Amino acid sequence: MTKQTTSFVYVTYILASPEKVFEAITRPEIARRYWGHENVSDWNPGSKWEHVRANDQRTVELVGEVVEVVPPTRLVITWANASQAIDPASYSRVTFEIEEYEATVKLTVTHDELEAGSNMAKGVGKGWPIVLSSLKSFLETGRPIDVSSKPKAA
Amino acid sequence: MDADKVFKALSDSTRRMLLDRLYEQNGQTLGQLCQDVGMARQSATQHLEILEAANLVTAVRRGREKLHFINPVPLHEVYERWVQKFERRRLGLLLDLKNELEGDPK
Repeated sequence: MTKQTTSFVYVTYILASPEKVFEAITRPEIARRYWGHENVSDWNPGSKWEHVRANDQRTVELVGEVVEVVPPTRLVITWANASQAIDPASYSRVTFEIEEYEATVKLTVTHDELEAGSNMAKGVGKGWPIVLSSLKSFLETGRPIDVSSKPKAA
Repeated sequence: MDADKVFKALSDSTRRMLLDRLYEQNGQTLGQLCQDVGMARQSATQHLEILEAANLVTAVRRGREKLHFINPVPLHEVYERWVQKFERRRLGLLLDLKNELEGDPK
């Protein structure tokens, strides 16, 4: 491996079933409600997936390949900016692990093989905590949080 | 999220420093963290346990090593619950004031 890589590991506990959490990631009509984006694929290993903004333009922002699918406990995908789709070096990897944990579900999102210091590494470092908080809030209360809101400058 | 555990974990400057170190370089071993901050292993272990119990740090085994990752998800939940809610209210009040001063009937 030539690039200096960095990784992130995010964990959240959600009061929901593993199936609900898995569906919330893989079904476009659910993801759009808390993520503002849809993850579109047939979810077969080797298939493409696209991260599509849930608006009229339906901009494809991220692309990648489905690496491993074990519903409802595990999903591994590759991940790159749509604008860099032809560059193999731009792909990072995201692993979703869903385990029952007492009365809740433990969702672990590992984002690795990211180029250290890249805009993607900076972007996902800010993005995942918001998306995962919104997912948790949506599944537990039916209300997502506004994923597009930014902290106000002081 | 257990908010008590999060606030307790954050109430200690050493633990906040450990989070800062992990923010700078994610995925460190206990040894790396101790070396960075000149802390005894035992002391660092205890602090990391409290951070893990609050879900602010996740330990992942990679081969022989145990790597520590900062997990900012509970911090975001605290932000949503304890910061953004009140900011919104304040912004709402400012808007009301503006409407009143400018005589905007909405």
